[in-house]
Amino acid sequence: MYVLEMKDISKEYFGNRVLKNVNLNVKPGEIHALLGENGAGKSTLMNILFGMSVIHSTGGFEGEVLIDSAPVNIMSPHQAMDHGIGMVHQEFMLIPGFTISENIKLNRELLKANPVSAVIDLVAKDNKLSTVDVAANARDARVALDKLDMGIDEFTLVSGLPVGHMQFVEIAREIDKEGLKVLVFDEPTAVLTESEALNLMEAMKKLAAQGIGILFITHRLDEVIHCADRVTILRDGEWVATKDKVDTNVVELAELMVGRKVEILPKAPREGVGDEIILSLNKLSVDMPGEKVKGVSLDVKRGEILGIGGLAGQGKIGIANGIMGLYPTRGEILFQGKPLKLNQPKATLDDGIAFVSEDRRGIGLLLDSSIEDNIAVTTMQTKNDFLKSWGPFKLQDKEKIRQHAESMIKEYDIRCIGPHQYTKRLSGGNQQKVCLARAVTLAPDLLLVSEPTRGIDIGAKKLVLDNLLKLNEEGMTIIMTSSELAELRSIADRIAIISDGKLAGILDPTAPDADFGLMMAGNLKGGEDV
Amino acid sequence: MFDRIKTFAAGDNLPRFVILVFYLLILLVAFFLNQSIGVLISDTLIRYGMNGILVLSMVPAIQAGTGPNFGLPIGAIGGLLGMLISMEFIPQTIAGHQWIGLLVAILVAIVFGIFFGWLYGLLLNRVKGSEMVIATYTAFSFVAMMCIAWLVLPFQNKSMKWPIGQGLKNTITMENTYGGLLNDFLSLKFVENHLTGKLELVFNRSNSWVIENYGIESALKFQFPTGMILVFLLACYLVYLFINSKTGVAMRAVGDNPSFAVASGLNVNRSRLIGVILSTVLAAVGIVIYSQGFGYMQLYNAPQQMAFGAVAAILIGGASAQKAKISHVIIGTFLFNGILVAGLPVANQLVEGGGLSDVFRVIITYGVILYALTKIGGKSNA
Repeated sequence: MYVLEMKDISKEYFGNRVLKNVNLNVKPGEIHALLGENGAGKSTLMNILFGMSVIHSTGGFEGEVLIDSAPVNIMSPHQAMDHGIGMVHQEFMLIPGFTISENIKLNRELLKANPVSAVIDLVAKDNKLSTVDVAANARDARVALDKLDMGIDEFTLVSGLPVGHMQFVEIAREIDKEGLKVLVFDEPTAVLTESEALNLMEAMKKLAAQGIGILFITHRLDEVIHCADRVTILRDGEWVATKDKVDTNVVELAELMVGRKVEILPKAPREGVGDEIILSLNKLSVDMPGEKVKGVSLDVKRGEILGIGGLAGQGKIGIANGIMGLYPTRGEILFQGKPLKLNQPKATLDDGIAFVSEDRRGIGLLLDSSIEDNIAVTTMQTKNDFLKSWGPFKLQDKEKIRQHAESMIKEYDIRCIGPHQYTKRLSGGNQQKVCLARAVTLAPDLLLVSEPTRGIDIGAKKLVLDNLLKLNEEGMTIIMTSSELAELRSIADRIAIISDGKLAGILDPTAPDADFGLMMAGNLKGGEDV
Repeated sequence: MFDRIKTFAAGDNLPRFVILVFYLLILLVAFFLNQSIGVLISDTLIRYGMNGILVLSMVPAIQAGTGPNFGLPIGAIGGLLGMLISMEFIPQTIAGHQWIGLLVAILVAIVFGIFFGWLYGLLLNRVKGSEMVIATYTAFSFVAMMCIAWLVLPFQNKSMKWPIGQGLKNTITMENTYGGLLNDFLSLKFVENHLTGKLELVFNRSNSWVIENYGIESALKFQFPTGMILVFLLACYLVYLFINSKTGVAMRAVGDNPSFAVASGLNVNRSRLIGVILSTVLAAVGIVIYSQGFGYMQLYNAPQQMAFGAVAAILIGGASAQKAKISHVIIGTFLFNGILVAGLPVANQLVEGGGLSDVFRVIITYGVILYALTKIGGKSNA
């Protein structure tokens, strides 16, 4: 009775278990929502379903995939397609310079013979040089578009279409494939406006009514309630629950999605956190691709650790990048009572703000330079430190750089051959410690830390967090942005949740799970007014 | 020992290793073919001194992230202008005046180098990511444009102009100016005195000592171009000072990771501009040193291919399109020129018919550049 069953699926990446005995069943004609935070294992599960090479090149997976109750062994996305599984991607896989019809039929074109191909096919018989039958293809495309009630002309170029229409072209392409049984939507509404999203959900219902099983990956709770029949929730790679929509509600879903992952020790009331405002954001907008900030106003108190949380793509990463001036920024930033010059990283550094980027390898490090140079370079350039005079020249003071690097290596427990080692040869955790050491060398009043524990092992994670706490105790104000709510709750004094580029609210670390879940999903505004 | 060679030869060191083995092989063959090793080595040293600064001009450009300086001919033309102006205005018939001529040539070359480098740097800042191809063709066009300029520029000195018609000569001798001045400065030379038939050691062009003939003169026809090598080492030292200054560190950070540099409050375009200007200035000075060693300055199409030998030399020395050190210059210039100098007579002796040695030079030059270019992009995957 299930069109798709995934039974007891487990997956390990290099000893790191990312999926543990996950079960997922989809009935024909139902809309089944797959719900989970970033990193809950949704993508990995879909990679398994589509036989992506990243799965098979890392030792495959445990468990069983059944289609129409028959076990299948899917080794490539192409085989998945043959089994009737289609995917509508989050980022559109369309060719802008081709027409809608050409995009829908790409690599599956209907053909007709021509004189050259007729001769060649006497030998080759593969029709590779046959002429594309434009009219027949357009007819097929029309049928698929009509199924979605899409009136647009099939000869329109994709490049000029609005985003919402592109999504529909993707769907049309999938339903044009013969024998489609299951269609996966990977966070399809993330890039859509509200009305476009509603249209999409109507189309999904229509497809489901035609007997296709729909798997709908999302983290928007109201959409689940709006259109899903059943919902499966994953958390930390584990199956949490599968519920019928009628038996559940938004609050319960939020709670199940976030869950309590670590014991949070109630923090002693903090000394040193007064009411003095060190940083004040006023209608801050940052044009960072994929992490747009759309008018955030927020006050940060001297001496606190402010956590910034939220789901991926909602804009939480953009805030720190905007303060640093790395992406076009508008609005007003008051730092220590004075307005900060926008879009000028040098001015921000000069004013005493340091930044540990979320993009460690892309922005955070000079990979082809030594640890010691990495640690010293920013301070040398902004504060003229680590220099010595040599006649009319100012040369870098290699001795001082070496001494400083050695003390930092000791303090932050950077595992390396020595201060001269290139940072590209370090592990992720040790690279992160170098980034932190570089920022701390600037002796900033305010430290911005983005995703400090992303992609590093658990031991290094603890060290990094402990170091942040220690710096904070020594008086440094810290704004830490992280996708890991648990880690924010373990060290932050307050947590600001960003949703859709705006401040959804500020919560106490001890606030209930459901509040966090609802706020991140954009279903709860306000929260505790601290 | 074998393992250590294997480790050394692996990866980035491979071209350097292959060329080193090849060079030793050629020297061995040359020895058995009764070539004068002394002459081979001294010719190598002379070419080393001549080319050193040109190869050094690759360093700032690579470190600033604009890739090997394929625009070297642009700087070279600045150097040629410096030499022409010096020859036009500084009479150099008296010995001491040749030094003034050389100095003026270098100073004017630096001025043109800064100006051309500035324009060229502005261009490169607009084409980030495809600097190498753009640089090559910018240089080609500039060389072509200057071919017209050489015809119409109003130089009056008769020794520079065609005897009849308009314009400057293709090849201008520097016999009467500072040609060979640095080669001979403080140099050591073994010369056969044609009158006495004895071998003499000549120091600094003048002092000489007679040496008893031990019958090994063929191996001893050796000279050490002290002045030129000293100038090269001085240039290396100045560049070393620069890349360890605050500005130099900023330039290297920009070259290593522009995004990092932005986040550290650095001006990426300014650092790249400085790197390109410095490279162009070094190329301009480099061609002055090259020409005085060669004894001629060459105009028109001569500068067009200048960049490739210098690029090949630094790559052989161990540099890549993203990373270069002064040690790469010192090693690479020696290996590259060593092979060319030793390979030429060996090739001519082994295979009848001329032209082979030049084919050989071209294969090495372009082969090494091709090898290095295939390595680009490895960084982003690392």
